[in-house]
Parts: sequence; C-alpha cells; structure tokens
Amino acid sequence: MKRSLFVSILFVVFALVPFSAIGQCKQFAKNTCKVGLSPYQHDGNYHAAILLEGEEAELYKTFYSDTQYRIGICGANNLGEVEFSIVDGNGKELYNNKFHGYEWKWDFKLESSQQLKIIVKVPVTKGMADDPKEGCVAIMFGFKDK
Amino acid sequence: MNIKALDTGKQFLLLFTFLVFILGSCVTDKGKEAKNADSSGLSKDFNANADDDLTEKINTAKRIFYSLPSPLETAMLIKNAGAVYDGDLLNKVENTSKYNTNLKMALNLGIYTTDLSYASLFDQTQATLSYINAAKKMADGLEILDAIDQATITRLEENINNRDVIIDIISETLLNSSSFLEDKGLQGTSAIILVGGWVEGLHIATSLVTPGTDLQKNKLVERIVDQKLSLNIVVSLLENNKDNAEAQVLLKDVAELKAIYDKITIEQSEITPVEDPNTNVTMLKSVSTIKMTQAVFDELTRKVKELRTRYIS
Repeated sequence: MKRSLFVSILFVVFALVPFSAIGQCKQFAKNTCKVGLSPYQHDGNYHAAILLEGEEAELYKTFYSDTQYRIGICGANNLGEVEFSIVDGNGKELYNNKFHGYEWKWDFKLESSQQLKIIVKVPVTKGMADDPKEGCVAIMFGFKDK
Repeated sequence: MNIKALDTGKQFLLLFTFLVFILGSCVTDKGKEAKNADSSGLSKDFNANADDDLTEKINTAKRIFYSLPSPLETAMLIKNAGAVYDGDLLNKVENTSKYNTNLKMALNLGIYTTDLSYASLFDQTQATLSYINAAKKMADGLEILDAIDQATITRLEENINNRDVIIDIISETLLNSSSFLEDKGLQGTSAIILVGGWVEGLHIATSLVTPGTDLQKNKLVERIVDQKLSLNIVVSLLENNKDNAEAQVLLKDVAELKAIYDKITIEQSEITPVEDPNTNVTMLKSVSTIKMTQAVFDELTRKVKELRTRYIS
C-alpha cells in the first residue's frame, strides 16, 4: 500500500514538471535576460521556450529605421553557448554570434525598416545525443527612446 | 479484474492511481502544448517521424515565433516620427463597461495598453493613470491574474513624474500579461491583444497625418507604410491559433487591410552591415523606396478607422 502510494506520488510529481519548467522559463526571461537589455528599454514582448540540445528556433520581426535595437538571446546555464544569427528577407546572413565569441547580445540600427529573421541554435553536447539536456532560451528586444 | 472483489483500500488506491494517470496525461499534454506554442504565436514543426531516434528528432525540430511591435514600441515609433499628443484619438476609458466578451476585452486590452504607452511617452500623467486602470479592467476580465495588480498601480502613482519608471512598469505589465497567457496555453488571446494594439497604433498614426501632407516626405506616413512588412506576421500569428474562433474572425479584417497594403510598393536595396568599432553598434545600410498614391493612403485610413470603430464599439 505504502509503495503504491509512493509510486502514485512520483507520477504526480513528474506530471507537474512541465508546468514548473515553463514557470521557471518566465522567471529566467524576466530576471536574467530582460535585466541585461539595459540601457535599452525592453519592448514588453515575451518570447521564451524550453529547448532541447540540438533544437532550433526562428523569430520573425520587423525592425524600424532610425531606431537603435538590442537583441538579447539568453540560454540557461546548462545549455552551453547558444548560437544565433540574423538573416534578411533574401536569406543573407547579417550577423552571427559564433564569429563574435558567442556574445549573447547584438546592438544595431537600420537605415530602412526591414523584417529580419533571428535563428537560434542550441548546441549539442558531445556524447550526449541519447540524453539531451533541455533549458530555457529567451529572445528579447530592447530599443532606445530618442 | 473483479472490482467488487477488491477491498475499500485497494479500490481507493486503484481510483487514485487512475486519476493520477489522467491528471498526468492532461498536464503533460498541456505542457507540450505550451512548449510547442510558446510565446506570441510560436508554433513548432516537427518533421521527424515519431519512430525516428531522439537525435534525429531534435535535429529537425524547429520552433517559430512571430513578433509584432508591442504597444510600447508602437507608441515609441509614433512619437519618434514627430507626432504630437492628441488625447481625443484614444478610446474613452468609460467604454470599459461595454466590453463583456473575451474578444472585445482582449482587443481593448491591446488598445488601452497602446493608449497607455502613447500617453506616458508624452508625459500625460492623468491619462496614464486612467489608461492603466482601463487596461487593468480588461486584464481582470480576461483573468490575467498577475498582469496589473494594485501594487503596480500604486508604484505607477508614486512615480507618475518619472517617465523612465513608468515605461518600465508598462514593459513589465506587458511581459506579465503575455507570459501568463503563454503559460496557460492561451496564445490565441495573446495574438488578439497584440492585433488590437497594432490596429490602435495604425489608428493613432493615420489620424495624426495632416491632410494634404506630402506622403513621400512624412515620417509618420513612412511608419504606417512600414506596417506592410509586418502583415505576414499578423496573419501567421492568427493562423497559428486555428483553435481560437475569435482569432480567426480577425483574419478577415487583416485580409482586408492586406488587400490595401498590396497596392503599396516598397523597394529595398541589399543590406550591408557596417559595425562601428567605437560603439559596437552595427548599422544595417540599405535604401528603401516607397510608392503609394494619395487614394491608397486615404483608403487605408478609412479601413483602419472602420476596423478600430468596430473594435471599440
């Protein structure tokens, strides 16, 4: 009886893990990534998800001329260095943080408004393909008010 | 198994275990849903066959986010385009009592938040207080519990003359709302809020363009035309929430806007990134040319007014 109850409780705990992880992702985005955008003003949008090693994410957003932006890509500590690149509508790569020491942020402004794509890649730890780690990745934007 | 043959304790244990399995599968599904559709209109496209090994699965998984300008960014764009403040353009706070459906409350949460952002960027203290209360009513109606609480309003009142703090409070409020909705798997509601705010931005901007102005040289007009670049994002945001009938209703409205925007041409040259080594800020150099007639601009203005009037009615 006691053993069955213990097993049942374990089921409940495992069932609630996804909610817990998502809640942690929100806190991670707020407390780690948003804070790092300063002195840029966070736009208020929330883009965060729990990603597995090897997983990719894409984000489409229009950026406006005469505005200075900071893109911040924050990955949980257990994920290693997250790679991100910025691509224009023709597929031309405009920036890739792997050529800049995997810097987590990129500051830029535009002469004309553009819709850009942000591609985020979570690295795979060697020898861990059968047991990939997962962690929160947040994509956040800040802008500078004139 | 003969249920009747079990004693009460075992029946209880069996029932408990069964409930745990049901609960577990529900929560896990919801968690998957939230994971698969996190953030504003995020969708996930697994191309891998379910039988493929894990490595192959994670290599082909791709999550897609679509990001519209937030109410705060919209207000900033309007202000930086040289616009003035006109409180008469905003949705009256007395209208809050009219909004009783989820669709109307979500649309007007977006609308009021854009009005709030616009008022705060122009240091309109009384309007800022009025609009955060209006936004709170909409958020409460949608049961977005931790978006705008009394402590938020008190903090805003205490810092009413400090624009930086006010903007930070608005940013925090937006983040709380959208993350709450994502956590609850309500991406459709999140999309409707964003569309409401986006249309309000278009309404304010189109209303502030002085009649007879040279469309080719007006910064506000340029911002309005720039929204053509976000139309596919708006469509994707709404289409990704096919289970939300209210979000689907808005698709027709967006299609009507798109039909007008399709008459506007934006030609763009190749982008060349040039980094400033002193500031580490990269300039994306390119030239953009807009072609739009006065008739098309007038048509766009009328359509925005029609949609916005319907949303606030």
